[in-house]
Amino acid sequence: MEQEFKALAKAIEAIHNQARKFGLDFFPMRFELCPADVIYAFGAYGMPTRFTHWTFGKHFYKMKLQYDFNLSRIYELVINSDPCYAFLLEGNELIQNKLVIAHVFAHSDFFKNNIHFAPTSRQMVETMAVHAAKIREYEFKYGHREVEIFLDAALSIQEHIEPPTIFPVAEEEGEKEKGPSRPRETPYDDLWALDGKPKEQPRERTRKIPPRPTKDMLAFIMNNSPELEDWQRDILAIVREEMRYFWPQMETKIINEGWATYWHARIMRELDLTEEETIEFAHLHASVTQPGKMHINPYYVGSKIFEDIEKRWDSPSQEDRERYGRQGGEGRAKIFEVRTCENDISFLRNYLTRELVEELDLFLYQKVGAEWVVVENDWEKVRDGLVGRLTNCGFPYIVVEDGDYQRRGELYLKHCYEDLELDVPYLEKTLPYIYLLWGRPVHLETVIDGKTAVFSYDGKKNSRR
Amino acid sequence: MAVDIQYSLSREDWSLHRKGYLDQQRHQEKVREAIKKNLPQIITEESIIMGKGKKVVRVPIRSLAEYHFRFNYNQGRNIGQGSGGTQKGTVIGREAPEGAGKGPGAGDQPGVDYYEAEVTLEEVQEMLFQDLELPNLQEKKKPVLASPTYEFRDVRRKGLMGNLDKKRTLLENLKRNAMKGKLCIGGITPEDLRFKTWEEKMRYETSAVVLAMMDTSGSMGTYEKYIARTFFFWMVRFLRSKYQQVEIVFIAHHTQAREVTEAEFFAKGESGGTRCSSAYQLALEIIDKRYPPADYNIYPFHFTDGDNLPSDNEACLEAVRLLLPKINLLGYGEIVNPYYRTSTLMNVLKRIKDERLVTVAIKDKSEVYQALRQFFAGARGRESGGTRI
Repeated sequence: MEQEFKALAKAIEAIHNQARKFGLDFFPMRFELCPADVIYAFGAYGMPTRFTHWTFGKHFYKMKLQYDFNLSRIYELVINSDPCYAFLLEGNELIQNKLVIAHVFAHSDFFKNNIHFAPTSRQMVETMAVHAAKIREYEFKYGHREVEIFLDAALSIQEHIEPPTIFPVAEEEGEKEKGPSRPRETPYDDLWALDGKPKEQPRERTRKIPPRPTKDMLAFIMNNSPELEDWQRDILAIVREEMRYFWPQMETKIINEGWATYWHARIMRELDLTEEETIEFAHLHASVTQPGKMHINPYYVGSKIFEDIEKRWDSPSQEDRERYGRQGGEGRAKIFEVRTCENDISFLRNYLTRELVEELDLFLYQKVGAEWVVVENDWEKVRDGLVGRLTNCGFPYIVVEDGDYQRRGELYLKHCYEDLELDVPYLEKTLPYIYLLWGRPVHLETVIDGKTAVFSYDGKKNSRR
Repeated sequence: MAVDIQYSLSREDWSLHRKGYLDQQRHQEKVREAIKKNLPQIITEESIIMGKGKKVVRVPIRSLAEYHFRFNYNQGRNIGQGSGGTQKGTVIGREAPEGAGKGPGAGDQPGVDYYEAEVTLEEVQEMLFQDLELPNLQEKKKPVLASPTYEFRDVRRKGLMGNLDKKRTLLENLKRNAMKGKLCIGGITPEDLRFKTWEEKMRYETSAVVLAMMDTSGSMGTYEKYIARTFFFWMVRFLRSKYQQVEIVFIAHHTQAREVTEAEFFAKGESGGTRCSSAYQLALEIIDKRYPPADYNIYPFHFTDGDNLPSDNEACLEAVRLLLPKINLLGYGEIVNPYYRTSTLMNVLKRIKDERLVTVAIKDKSEVYQALRQFFAGARGRESGGTRI
């Protein structure tokens, strides 16, 4: 054990120095050596300090089962925080942990420098501990069951938030709208009437709630539901805040894993490895970057794109030189720029080329009868299909249209349909949760079989028209 | 001067980190709750009744999914990756046929979700039988069979190594160390050892016999037979798991009744008309010959679609009247065809007013559960368990 610990400490030092040499710019790193079940717990909760809920237990069980059966091994667990926490699996072979360490330094660099992480809190470890304590307190006060049922409901719509943005204007838009439309009242207003002009009647304000459709269902319900008690609003706020913290991770899966994979390979090549370790490393690296069949492997596709960018900027083609004035030899600088600016969608849109789609043999497939069949391999359609899949992190885009539907205080939601239908059984099970949060009937407009359909739940049963 | 340390490695004691396990336990509890709620459906699952000897069954548990708005994955296009030059039209996967065992790795297929929970037959059984019992069980005067059981109820300082009580031994060791001022476990000496010892106890049971009677005539279609078999499947399991001294006699009948083996009973498919009295007659004979009521608790159960020869109904009534004084409870289950109802045996039997005759009509699969409760839940269960006809 002591031996293992010392060897690891030495490896961290060497990898750290090499990462610095490459110009990676990371948060101070805190590595923790943990047993498997602890790492899997963190993986299931997304954070060591998060609140408890049975759904996390379900994921934990699933992950641990796969580990116990040797079906999967977590290669990394790293937290976007300052200092950056990373968890290493006790009992992993040294070379495995070396790979993980190199990988993790690159993730930390990504968290620190990618623009989409700029609005995230780097103290989330502590914040979530506070959240967990609060929820525990509510359980104590209002009953374990009561809190669990409420959390079930809150978590059912957790993805429906306004993602944190690097352009903070968008969020305040709603606020502005309320304000300046009415002229300010002053003690001298009657003076204007002396001119004989009829005083402008203040417009009959049919205030719509929300003034314009909002994507932030969680915030809307939190602020406007007539039903909720303070502790319940607080839980909604907690769920929303945690989701906003996780969101950038979900929208940078491919680019972030690609970046980390690209770097662990470069760093490991520079280390003094024994022959045995070199072979073992090659084996591990190959298994990490093994192409998927039914889905793409973000480690593989992401690192391939980075390598391609580096190559194209290092030795540009004649056309690139003439049209874009690329000098050559700018590969490293370019990939650092890409890691700063892009998320998955822009990364793929800008850098997934025809050559790459063909080389990686990417395609779109669809279910036909009981079979999954390849339906498209035209590169642009494949790229657009992939981008479409990643839009809104793969969640349906649903907005709150009206919080006072038909003047009865009912909630009217609208799915912004783009060619892909919702899962109806799931939808019908989700509406009751929203009813629980809103306290009044809930409606959702979507498109089924090319026709507009409205699903409703009135507290007793589902209906559809 | 503080040096700016950019990295560190540490190892903490994680042995108290139980969060994952606690939430897992809560999830497990919810699975059990869901199973309990769905028991009427689950016990009629073909995979259980037909799955010979299979210990683990997958049952649909709807309430454990985490519902949220999501796309219909069977509809959209997903992105995949081949090993080079994949053409349009290539089939890259097939939906697993229903009922096929899916390993824990099934999650990589789009749209496949964990709707199902795995439960062992024992778990289902345990929940199902929790408060079932043979009703009106009485002490009979025949010298009862006693069987010895062993119970560990004492702890001593000497004993067999195989019966070492590890927990107590460690506690003793801890205590001894603590008295010396050391707060740790270690250095276990013979004086720390504690052993469990047992006591022999006799278990006394009264004896009982169950007569399982099933209609195998032509009017009993696949559905009717399935219901009857489902009932008897659970009944047999219930009796075998709860009672050691219960005997089961299997009787199959159409116009004639025959005593059959258990395997025959569950596999039998015959045709012809129905004369229920034949089964009751045979039951009477068997009771008279082998199971004197003074020595046995006797429970006949009869399942039929009630489509009896009208001329036989009076004979049935007569036979049942003869049976009732000899038995503890007669269970009559009639599988009702929802489409047509002629005058059935049930209507005739209703003329008998006797506590010991319990009749149940089963309209669909899920009511097998009700029937089990009606017959076996005792007075308490019958109050809460649905309609008694």
